Amino acid sequence: MGFVAVAAAVIVGLLVGPIDIPITGSLEALLDSLPLVELDHGLTETEQRVLLDIRFPRVALGALVGSVLAMAGAAYQGVFRNPLADPYLLGVAAGGGLGATLAVVTEADRALVVPFALAGALIAVGVTYIVGRSVGGRSTTSLVLAGVAVGSFLTAVQTYLLQRRVDTLREVYSWILGRLATVGWAEVRLLLPYFLVSVVVLVASGRLLDVMSVGDEEARSLGVDVGRVRLVIVVAATLATAAAVSVSGLIGFVGIIVPHAVRLVMGWSYRVIIPMAVLLGAAFLVLADVFARTITSPAELPIGVVTAFLGAPFFVIVLRTALR
Amino acid sequence: MIRWDDVAVAYSGVAVLGPVDLLVGDGEWVGLIGPNGAGKSTLLRTAVGLAPNTGTVTARNGRPRPGPDVAWLPQRPSLPEGMGVADYVMLGRSPHIGYLGRESRHDREAVKSALTALGLEQLARRPLGTLSGGEVQRVVLARALAQQAPVLLLDEPTAGLDLGHAIEVMEVIDRLRVENRLTVVTAIHDMTLAGRFCPRLVLLGGGLVRADGTPSQVLTETTLRSHYGERVKVIHDGLGPTVVPDRRQP
Repeated sequence: MGFVAVAAAVIVGLLVGPIDIPITGSLEALLDSLPLVELDHGLTETEQRVLLDIRFPRVALGALVGSVLAMAGAAYQGVFRNPLADPYLLGVAAGGGLGATLAVVTEADRALVVPFALAGALIAVGVTYIVGRSVGGRSTTSLVLAGVAVGSFLTAVQTYLLQRRVDTLREVYSWILGRLATVGWAEVRLLLPYFLVSVVVLVASGRLLDVMSVGDEEARSLGVDVGRVRLVIVVAATLATAAAVSVSGLIGFVGIIVPHAVRLVMGWSYRVIIPMAVLLGAAFLVLADVFARTITSPAELPIGVVTAFLGAPFFVIVLRTALR
Repeated sequence: MIRWDDVAVAYSGVAVLGPVDLLVGDGEWVGLIGPNGAGKSTLLRTAVGLAPNTGTVTARNGRPRPGPDVAWLPQRPSLPEGMGVADYVMLGRSPHIGYLGRESRHDREAVKSALTALGLEQLARRPLGTLSGGEVQRVVLARALAQQAPVLLLDEPTAGLDLGHAIEVMEVIDRLRVENRLTVVTAIHDMTLAGRFCPRLVLLGGGLVRADGTPSQVLTETTLRSHYGERVKVIHDGLGPTVVPDRRQP
């Protein structure tokens, strides 16, 4: 079912855009682009370029970013035993954003953007965790409030850095609001290895997350080294989040919407939630992007605006159930 | 067996337990009694590494590994609401599955026989959130049983149960102990109940062992009054000591 959803979303994502490209022609052109397949698709050169060099990489990027954010959200929720955890709300995305901005304004090598983002994201999640525990123990809301505080602080630092470098302001500003605009495959290639590492680690951790759902003490009595497992899972989720933020900016609420929707339908087990979040996160963000680029066509809405529009009300619902 | 040698616990400089020396042999059942704050839970927690302690705790193969050597159940186990009974009992198999491993047929059989032993077959698919207090205790015991550890440490297994269900749980523990030759230590507040089931009682007071012996040796008015106050009365009939409040309806 998850795979069908991804396939359907990808096809919609490829077919919808400001230029009308014939549907059958598009599908034939896609097949034609596969090795060993020769098809007469009847598309013009421009149409073919739009399809394969603009829409396709963008859809692929949306799918990867959506997967990462949804799976990271699910992992944070499990590891912190907190239904409100999400890369955006924990300040992880802001930390990654600050790291990436630092790399941009200091004109560091492009290859350093992701390591910078990762360092920023890890510091952010660490501080959020420590602050959240010190004020509220294990309370569900204190972790999220700490995340909001950490996120706002880091965003403030980021804004300060940007104001000092007005020449990069416009570029970075559109990126803060979250965007998937891309030409060619560079971003996809950048994100893919981090995505793969995180998927493998997090999918493999599903059973341990289930054991940890009975709490640290009982999990330890069941032979789980809780500290180490938590560290590995947080690092894996944060790694992918930081890489996603480096290419697409801050896109919020995907990590709340998708895992909770999966939970509603498929139950509590992280062995199901994580893989399903990977698939449905991809489908969700690709469709959200279709929406973002058509609703105000020919202009484009930043995709972060679309996800926040859907996600904020959803968050309120989750909050109500969590605090009941 | 499980043995505590010179075990002491202090939280920020304040001694809460010990030093305690205690040996519980294979197949033995010790009821750990004592007033609130006497250190009962802390003593159990030292055996699974949840209370940093001085001294040593030893199981059959040396220092007990939490999981394979010792099964521990806290006073209030957390019960993820949506989780099904069989899945919850499967958590008990966790110590036997590698970090990245999956359950084997052997694990599924262990879960099945734990469910059978506690008469839970009918409830296997029920979510934990829908169970009654008595059912929850049996499910939690099934998880500990599936763990197949030779030592079972239970913190207040009858707390919150009515007398009928409390007796039922104690009977189940006794049967499991005999069938599987388990070493069992239960912290328990109901001294009469403890005396009817545990062949040996250990009374903790102020973190130290104050009495250790058969129920009729430990449950004496003199001993209990020095720890529970003067208004405790012990009645003897053919069944063993019965501890009651020393007060008449005015």
